[in-house]
Amino acid sequence: MAYPTDRKYTKEHEWIQSSGTTATIGITDYAQESLGDIVFVELPKVGAELAIGKTFGTVESVKAVSDLYAPASGTVTETNADLATSPEKVNKDAHGSWMLKIMLKNPGELDGLLSAADYEKFVAEEGGH
Amino acid sequence: MGAKMVDFNGWDMPVEYPAAIGCGIINEHMAVRTGAGIFDVSHMGDIRLKGPQALAAVQHISMNDASRLAVGQAQYSALLYPQGTFVDDVIVHRLGEDEYLLVINAGTREKDFNWVRDNTLQFDCAVENLSDDFTQIAIQGPKAVDVLQKLTDADLSTVKFYWVTRGTVCGLKDILIARTGYTAEDGFEIYVPADEATSTRVWNESLIAGKEFGIVPCGLGARNTLRLEGKLPLYGHEISDTINVWEAGLDRFCKMEKPEFVGRAALEKAKAAGVTRTLVGVEMTGRGIARDGYKVLDDSDREIGYVTSGSPAPFLKKNIALAYVPPEFAVVGTAVTVEIRGQGVGAQVVPTPFYKRPKKNT
Repeated sequence: MAYPTDRKYTKEHEWIQSSGTTATIGITDYAQESLGDIVFVELPKVGAELAIGKTFGTVESVKAVSDLYAPASGTVTETNADLATSPEKVNKDAHGSWMLKIMLKNPGELDGLLSAADYEKFVAEEGGH
Repeated sequence: MGAKMVDFNGWDMPVEYPAAIGCGIINEHMAVRTGAGIFDVSHMGDIRLKGPQALAAVQHISMNDASRLAVGQAQYSALLYPQGTFVDDVIVHRLGEDEYLLVINAGTREKDFNWVRDNTLQFDCAVENLSDDFTQIAIQGPKAVDVLQKLTDADLSTVKFYWVTRGTVCGLKDILIARTGYTAEDGFEIYVPADEATSTRVWNESLIAGKEFGIVPCGLGARNTLRLEGKLPLYGHEISDTINVWEAGLDRFCKMEKPEFVGRAALEKAKAAGVTRTLVGVEMTGRGIARDGYKVLDDSDREIGYVTSGSPAPFLKKNIALAYVPPEFAVVGTAVTVEIRGQGVGAQVVPTPFYKRPKKNT
């Protein structure tokens, strides 16, 4: 899997794509592959505050529950309502199925995240993918 | 095969096979309900009791009544501690006049064998641990019979559910074929020699034979969701060394009319005393998935029990769970709450098994 270079990644397997002070967040293809069939996505409400590194929601597959960690701090401006009824879309296209849009508190936080190449290296070491 | 592996009681086991070959837990589960699936269950253990007093030995350690078994017949049962709680659940196969095979769980193999050996010393029969001699392969689903029939000379139409036969399978002579399983579906479990080349060959030939019936390789994940839909207990969850037979609701496999077996005296007392908790089926009515260990609450948020197994049910397309609750909450229709990450989510007691396979008219 080639990871898109238009965004940053975390070691907790989220991606974040920013444009100025706004950003879109989702989970990586590696994450969806490890989880298996995704059946439930629980996201915060619009207006909720995210703190970098802290959990902001949950994704569940048939076999496992996994926390979602904020790749950056900010305020939720929009959630992908589609995932409430069709969570399997994350399996089909993890990098296209965004979960949250946020207003970034400090866009500089993204500088500390992984590039596509670094993330690819990271998951290759972690899971042998 | 590129399956996702997990350490399961010291065994490297496939949880699920990759979506790239048409698998993933949901697809694997659905294939078993509608066509066929094949499972590597070689982690299961096998203990053979053979000798003049083999029946007496089995009767002493097993709660079901093995004297009712004809040669070639099998029954579900359990091995109990003197206090009436579970050493393990087992399938008892009667292979010959004086020969029985107990099929036991992976995580409890060593414990089970020692327990069986230690509790049958007074009987004139040999107790052997054959666990490493066999690879157990399960072919399950409504089409399992069609798949396996292509690979064996044994006439499978004459083998009823919970009966065993022997036949040539994939050219291997005298293979034990049992019409048993852990999926709440029709199916077979075959016991082939454990060497890797042989097991791999049988596995691959089964996949080829099953192709026209849509067979898929299935991992532990689907095995768990399939058995949960059918309310088949899992050791360490619905049954354990702290749960007794009455609590687990396995009464019909426990023959109290037998004069003696390990655990019987304690069970008699427990029956008279009545149970304080009982296993129920629960279906989520609110949005959320109950998982193993989650708390069950009553309508005033008082903790009344816990979930033993919980998961989305891929065939039923509901979120289901098994839970221990006090008997007064066991009535079908009772509303309960499951605590999910600190939040109460609505659920309801429902009839079990959640899934029952359609009866054939043959």
